[in-house]
Amino acid sequence: MSISPSKMLATLRVNGRDVTLAFSPNATLLEVLREELRLTGTKHGCELGQCGACTVILDGTPVLSCLTLAADAIDRPVETVEGLASDGSLHPVQRAFLELGAAQCGYCTPGFLNAAVHLLENNTEPSEEEIREALAGHLCRCTGYTKIVEAVSLAGRRMRASADE
Amino acid sequence: MSKNGASGTRAHVVGAALPRIDGYAKVTGAAIFADDIALPRMLFGKLLRSPHAHARITSIDYERALRLPGVVAVAVGSDLPVRYGILPSAQDETVFAIDRVRYVGEPIAGVVAEDELTAQYAATLIDVRYDILPSVMSIDEALRDLGADAEKIHPESRKANNVHKDVHLTFGDIEAGFAEAERIFDNEYFFEGNTHAALEEHSAVASFGADGKLTLWSSTQTPHYLHRVAASVLEMPASRIRIIAPPIGGGFGGKTEPVAHELAAAHFARKTGRPVKFTLSREEVFYTHRGRHPVRIHLQTGIKSDGTIAACRLQTWLDGGAYGSYGVATTYYTGALLPVTYKMGAYAFDGCRVYTNKPPCGPKRGHGTTQPRYAFESQLDAIATELGLDAGAYRAAIAVDPYTRTVNHLRVTSCGMREALNAVSERTDYSSKHGKLSSGRGIGLAASAYLCGAGLPIYWNPMPHSGAIVKVDRGGGVTVFCGTSDCGQGSQNMLAVIVAETLGVDVLDVSVCAGDTDLTPVDLGSYSSRVTFMAGNAARSAASDVRERIAAAVGAELGVPADRCIFESGRVFDREDPERSLSFVDAARAAEARFGTLAGVGSYTPPADLHGDFKGSGVGPSPAYSYSACVAEVEVDFETGEVRVERIVLAHDCGRALNPHIVEGQIEGSAYMGMGEALMEESAFRNDLHRIPNLLDYKTPTILDTPRIEAIIIETEELEGPYGAKEAGEGPLNPVIPAIANAVADAIGTRIYATPITPERVLQALDGTSGPLRLRAPIAERAV
Repeated sequence: MSISPSKMLATLRVNGRDVTLAFSPNATLLEVLREELRLTGTKHGCELGQCGACTVILDGTPVLSCLTLAADAIDRPVETVEGLASDGSLHPVQRAFLELGAAQCGYCTPGFLNAAVHLLENNTEPSEEEIREALAGHLCRCTGYTKIVEAVSLAGRRMRASADE
Repeated sequence: MSKNGASGTRAHVVGAALPRIDGYAKVTGAAIFADDIALPRMLFGKLLRSPHAHARITSIDYERALRLPGVVAVAVGSDLPVRYGILPSAQDETVFAIDRVRYVGEPIAGVVAEDELTAQYAATLIDVRYDILPSVMSIDEALRDLGADAEKIHPESRKANNVHKDVHLTFGDIEAGFAEAERIFDNEYFFEGNTHAALEEHSAVASFGADGKLTLWSSTQTPHYLHRVAASVLEMPASRIRIIAPPIGGGFGGKTEPVAHELAAAHFARKTGRPVKFTLSREEVFYTHRGRHPVRIHLQTGIKSDGTIAACRLQTWLDGGAYGSYGVATTYYTGALLPVTYKMGAYAFDGCRVYTNKPPCGPKRGHGTTQPRYAFESQLDAIATELGLDAGAYRAAIAVDPYTRTVNHLRVTSCGMREALNAVSERTDYSSKHGKLSSGRGIGLAASAYLCGAGLPIYWNPMPHSGAIVKVDRGGGVTVFCGTSDCGQGSQNMLAVIVAETLGVDVLDVSVCAGDTDLTPVDLGSYSSRVTFMAGNAARSAASDVRERIAAAVGAELGVPADRCIFESGRVFDREDPERSLSFVDAARAAEARFGTLAGVGSYTPPADLHGDFKGSGVGPSPAYSYSACVAEVEVDFETGEVRVERIVLAHDCGRALNPHIVEGQIEGSAYMGMGEALMEESAFRNDLHRIPNLLDYKTPTILDTPRIEAIIIETEELEGPYGAKEAGEGPLNPVIPAIANAVADAIGTRIYATPITPERVLQALDGTSGPLRLRAPIAERAV
């Protein structure tokens, strides 16, 4: 007798790569990312969808991976913090967080980064209010949010500047 | 201000707003926190926790749990009977409750299994029988005379009723002081308890090797104390235990003492021979707590006609929860730092901590000083208004002077409080706004002081508080080894900056090995804002030690006196003739050839003359104090009672800012956290239960609630600090809460004498139903 239901075999597309693995139908995307794929950059702070730390991009939309079944992610692209940097260079949002000190303990950071990247991909010139609105589901206990807002704003300016080139 | 470096030259790393050295790992998801660790054959543990606030355990039967397939082991109180506690005077906890539970959520048993779900289910199969005892859920109940029959929460306590600790201290002639006073201000306040709510839930992984050595990774701010307690509780030599503190996902004081799951992980690893991980759920983090004590405060201040403080009498009652924790220190801290900000003729302090059947309270950012600071700064605001004085100018006029002693004999060195007060007043135009804003809008000001580490260790010993080793390799790489734990405040970066500055190398050429009791010299931990000052001084001393040898070798090589060697920008050169130089790499090789393996050691012990000679004088002294001032502007909605903070300007005297970005980050985070405590955060209980043990109902400010915070760094030269630095991690929180309270008073024209300043309290105050002595009714009596 086992507490967990039998595992199913499925293919997930994570950070552009297909991975076939077995997981329980009741496993959350958070559990599968962290425990099966060992993509531990995605964090958990509550397991109840309250803190935003576990946010990943599913099918182009930020989702709380603690409230998403891994089975729901089959055949849909999943992006995690590990996929943000490309060719060894940081995403502009990552770079701005690093330069301005918007990450202190760094635990909420992956969730913020994913939400901020999603915002800037859809709105290249967000106002401060729009930045705050987009990040409102994310808790940070270290920064007071001030440098996070500044970093997202700076990253947006840089992304616009490089798009104009 | 001049930026003097290692040898009187211009500093090149200290004071530069460089990205933190651990920043890359944190923005890429590469940082490995405790729960990210997975080891082969690892088991998962869960704790069974008490559903009762106060009960006798009559029996525990765990046979069913043990028989569940996948379960590997179960443990109960008798398996780990050694009592422990962070303070030598409060050895009152066991890993699992023995005979009695004292709060809802107290661990009773542990289970380890092949997977987490099985462990969790197995815990529910453990059959515990209880005799339920009456619970004590408030300060009033704890002070009530128990009579002959009723049992105390801690029957072995020598104090009356449920009192844990009481303190009575008097400095100067308090009666004469009050007699001399022209007016006496007399108020009661209540500061509600709240919690750290660090985003990372506590986690521990233990592995027991065939060599008989235990390695325990834990999200702890105090690896050294965990080392000591693990050795004691597991009854193992400390030499066979290695504690590693990986990066911590936020601490704020919530991870500063050994708690059950860490010791349980170690026990099960030893028992099963397999690695074991325990990670707490968010609900369990609320039960583990060790958060801000609820404190009732009675404050009497006697003022002379010129506004100077003739006498001050402070009484505090702390709701300690079920165990001692740091509570004895917290009790002293509610009194010790009040005189560090303003001159006063005489001071009397009475503190009393009680046990209640709630999760144990402990230290949270500002440890015990936050609550009385809220009261004092609120009362000073009222005094300034009564006397018709500007609140900022009044505080500046009565501020302590640098290089003096306080009325309670504490040594004050550098003090930038006046500068901080001026900075926030000017930036906000406070004087022309206070009392003159439109209805519903208000502005408030407050100031405070905080420690740069405790002057005495929490367990008595004559050894250093912090030690460091700096090793230089033949490639020019530098490694600093120090027992600090980085909870996000930037201690790793601080060590790298100080060593890079001392050796004149790039900060990225310095690697930091921290928080590992096998590899690093002891640092007492990340609490009481001690790390920059103490570990920083140890690291500077270690780097100077190795630099001396390199300078001697370079001097011999270049034919110049060693004391003329300057270390800068990756080179070592003659001060008189900078062309005569060696690269740092060549200098290191020359020194290794001459002296052998290159490493320097350093340590820091605070000076002995920081305090007076009386019982209790050990809490409060610090080698230096930081000073802060804050102005908050608020808008109050008279319809809903909601307080909106529009602006927070917070100035902080951190000595020299080693890295301005990190200092600003600490100030901004303090402003935010103080705002949460002022307006919404509360550990609330109903019918013995924590009412809101989750992050949705335990309200913290979101990014939409938090204004853009204006941080102002006030630099003073702290002669004993590393490169002049003082703390920035905790002090800036303290003035924020009273600044907001004062702003609300300005906005609504009446004062609320309790935190948090909820819409409900604002509406009560506006109705005139909240007088100075009326506290909110206990939760149980309120309409739900």
